[in-house]
Amino acid sequence: MEKVKKGVRLEHISKIYQDPKTGKDFYAVKDTSLTIEPGSFVTLLGPSGCGKTTTLRMIAGFESPDEGEIYLGDEPINELTPNKRDTAMVFQSYALLPHYNVFDNVAYGLKLRKVPKDEIRERVTRILELVELSGMEARMTNQLSGGQQQRVALARALVIEPSVLLFDEPLSNLDAKLRVSMRTEIRRIQQEVGITAIYVTHDQSEAMALSDNIIIMSQGVVAQMGTPQEIYYHPVNEFVADFIGEANFLRGRMTGSEGRFAVLNVEGSEVCVPAREDMAVGGEYTVVLRPEAASLADEGGLPCKVVLSCFMGSYQNYHVMVGDTLVKLEEHNPKNKRIYQVGETCSLVFEPDSVHVL
Amino acid sequence: MARGQGAALDRKKLLADPIMVTTIVVLITFLTLFILYPLAILLVDSFVGDGSFGFSIFKRIFAMPSFTTAITNTLKIGFVVGILSSLIGLLFAYVEVYVRMNKFVGGLFKVVSMLPVVSPPFVLSLSMIMLFGKAGLITRFLLGIYDNSVYGYWGIVIVQTLTFFPVCYMMLKGLLKNIDPSLEEAARDMGASRWKVFADVTLPLLLPGLGNAFLVTFIESIADFANPMIIGGSYDTLATTIYLQITGAYDKAGAAAMAVVLLCITLLMFAVQKYYLEAKTAATLTGKASRARMLIEDRSVKIPLTILCSLGALFVIMMYICVPVGACFPTWGYKFFPLTGKWFTQVFTKYHGLKAFKDSFVLSLIAAPITALLSMIISYLVVKRKFRAKGFIEAVSMLAMAVPGTVLGVGYIRGFSGGLFHTGFLQGIYGTGLILIIVFVVRSLPTGTRSGISALRQIDKSIEESAYDMGADSFKVFMTVTLPLIKDSFLSGLVTAFVRSITAISAIILLVTPSYLLITVQINEFAEKGSFSLACAFATILILITYGAVLLMNLFIKYFGTSRKIKED
Repeated sequence: MEKVKKGVRLEHISKIYQDPKTGKDFYAVKDTSLTIEPGSFVTLLGPSGCGKTTTLRMIAGFESPDEGEIYLGDEPINELTPNKRDTAMVFQSYALLPHYNVFDNVAYGLKLRKVPKDEIRERVTRILELVELSGMEARMTNQLSGGQQQRVALARALVIEPSVLLFDEPLSNLDAKLRVSMRTEIRRIQQEVGITAIYVTHDQSEAMALSDNIIIMSQGVVAQMGTPQEIYYHPVNEFVADFIGEANFLRGRMTGSEGRFAVLNVEGSEVCVPAREDMAVGGEYTVVLRPEAASLADEGGLPCKVVLSCFMGSYQNYHVMVGDTLVKLEEHNPKNKRIYQVGETCSLVFEPDSVHVL
Repeated sequence: MARGQGAALDRKKLLADPIMVTTIVVLITFLTLFILYPLAILLVDSFVGDGSFGFSIFKRIFAMPSFTTAITNTLKIGFVVGILSSLIGLLFAYVEVYVRMNKFVGGLFKVVSMLPVVSPPFVLSLSMIMLFGKAGLITRFLLGIYDNSVYGYWGIVIVQTLTFFPVCYMMLKGLLKNIDPSLEEAARDMGASRWKVFADVTLPLLLPGLGNAFLVTFIESIADFANPMIIGGSYDTLATTIYLQITGAYDKAGAAAMAVVLLCITLLMFAVQKYYLEAKTAATLTGKASRARMLIEDRSVKIPLTILCSLGALFVIMMYICVPVGACFPTWGYKFFPLTGKWFTQVFTKYHGLKAFKDSFVLSLIAAPITALLSMIISYLVVKRKFRAKGFIEAVSMLAMAVPGTVLGVGYIRGFSGGLFHTGFLQGIYGTGLILIIVFVVRSLPTGTRSGISALRQIDKSIEESAYDMGADSFKVFMTVTLPLIKDSFLSGLVTAFVRSITAISAIILLVTPSYLLITVQINEFAEKGSFSLACAFATILILITYGAVLLMNLFIKYFGTSRKIKED
């Protein structure tokens, strides 16, 4: 696979669809600009209807953007049909050709490219080895398990050595266990081949496990782009914070500062949070508190009342009320800790550095 | 919001695909020339046929008592046949889906649903006359009634009902199977009697479907030409009146105007059926049955229903059997024994049977693959591609379904006998085998397209997209992916087109010239003349041919069909 790696660039891309019920036009994707570095694994993550699949299909060429230009490397590709684009897609439903066996499915793209027979055999064999399907060449696709079918789909996309590999929720039809092992597999193969990959999913753990970069989309626009850590620890808004992992939102007014911390008044009590330059006394701020970042103590934090206490094995799950705000938290490794029961009043404590201010 | 760029890009991508563009252009030309144009020329003719623009021709035909009677006759028959067919169809469908039947009765049902497919549409008229007519086997020789007349209103109603109810039965069967049994079980569980369940749950759910079946039959009935021709006697319907207007009175402008009237009626029905009822049917019956239905074992329900349906089925089968048997009697209505093969011999020795079968066979054989391929291409374009002319292609090929054969025939006469727009251009095809083939294609196209579309809808769109994405152009995608996946539908489309073509009569009878002898036209002629034995002999051989074709198809699908291999999950 000695090929120059290519990135993908979207410049002010929009796609307009018509609502079938009201007949009104709306933006499925709106003014989206993205740069995807060569050789990187990027995930488009968002709830259904956020425009992630539309974006992917525009890159593949199945949909034509209504505004903007898409570049593959430095080449504008808006006018190219899918069969002329140097991309290969792995579909949600695998989309294997049911009347072909495994070998013919994988060889299909090579045959279309008029690759000599011997080379086809060699390349298909090699790629089937890579996806660990050697010996299955003669099977019909309906004799394969879901995971195996997905490997064939992956092999078929890889074998034509595209510049960019596109994944459209490829694991959503598999059961939970298989999903986990397949995503490790996909990441391994992508790194081995060193190909640029764009991956659409609504499953955040998949996105976390796979990506160099995650692009969070919401209602047709990019909400945030960054590494998994950036997105988890420093979400730009409540949507992102809530979408990635669980998040509690505490609202408070800034009353003063203590060194590099700002002091906020939350539900009548004062807490310290990391200060940001643009924060000012008197301003209203929202604090993002992850469930695993907080714990309960007898005193020393925000006074609260337990409304749910549930043993989950690896952690104790609590719901507590801080004033009128419900906070969910997970006390990990609860075996030797004091367990608070429903109705008890106690105190919600967290490290100032483990929260994020929006 | 401007969608200009996206549309422009889509267009560019389409134009980058020359085979696709050519296909679309050819299709549009074909549909315009052979479906839209003949209908348009009828309109033109009926408004300006006598030199000046206006309603004068319509005024003239509506002043003819024979024409206004024909309209009432047609509507009356269509209405009654529609209702009877849907009711009998419902009874059969209900018994098949809800009641436990033994194998024998199940077999009878299968035969009944199969018979109208393989037989020419008008054989029942023949057997009706032979069994119940003045010299009918049953009326005269069994019951001793000497003056029973089957010609006229009741004859047509009975024959058409027996011909069309299997279609309703098949339609309603599909719908009933889609009703989730748990709905009815829930009603039963809350204390409803079986009759209550049927009246309160099953029937309301089925009502749009029943309306659909009624209208489909209605359209078939008013478009039917051959049955009223043979058994109508002096009771004329629109289709036969138009035919007589053109062949008897040589009043082409009048016939054109009458054809426009008939077309308006069927189009109206078709529009209601297609855009109102079909949508409603789909809306009420969407879900798949969650599990198998508990069949009714209750003997007080089972036995009467089974007996009633079996008798009905046996009667229909007897009617069909009458045709080959009738062809073996030495002289119908006079001498029944010993059975003889002389009529079959005469078909070939005296009445150019060989040429008739050869002509029909060859023309249909040419038309069938063209129809099958065209309908698959249309279905592919309609279901899988998006481009601007798609709506046009879909609408026109569906429109052909609503056009009665007689109307099309008159349209072709007016449209092509003097060349395109009477300019002499393309005049060469009039009166040739080519125009007959084209008529065959146009007449079978809607059925083929419909089955192609439903077959293609079941194929995940991403399968074709994946091939496209791998680097195949539209042509390659169609040939290597689409066609192999709908091979079964293609094969059955092929045979259906063949069977429909070889049994067609309504449009053909207006267009055929003496250089071509077609079997159906021969049968019609002999039946008109009262030579029922000969008509039966012709019809028997025809049924054998079509039945053979269907058998061949099933064999083919069994051994070469792909779908089975794919379906085995």
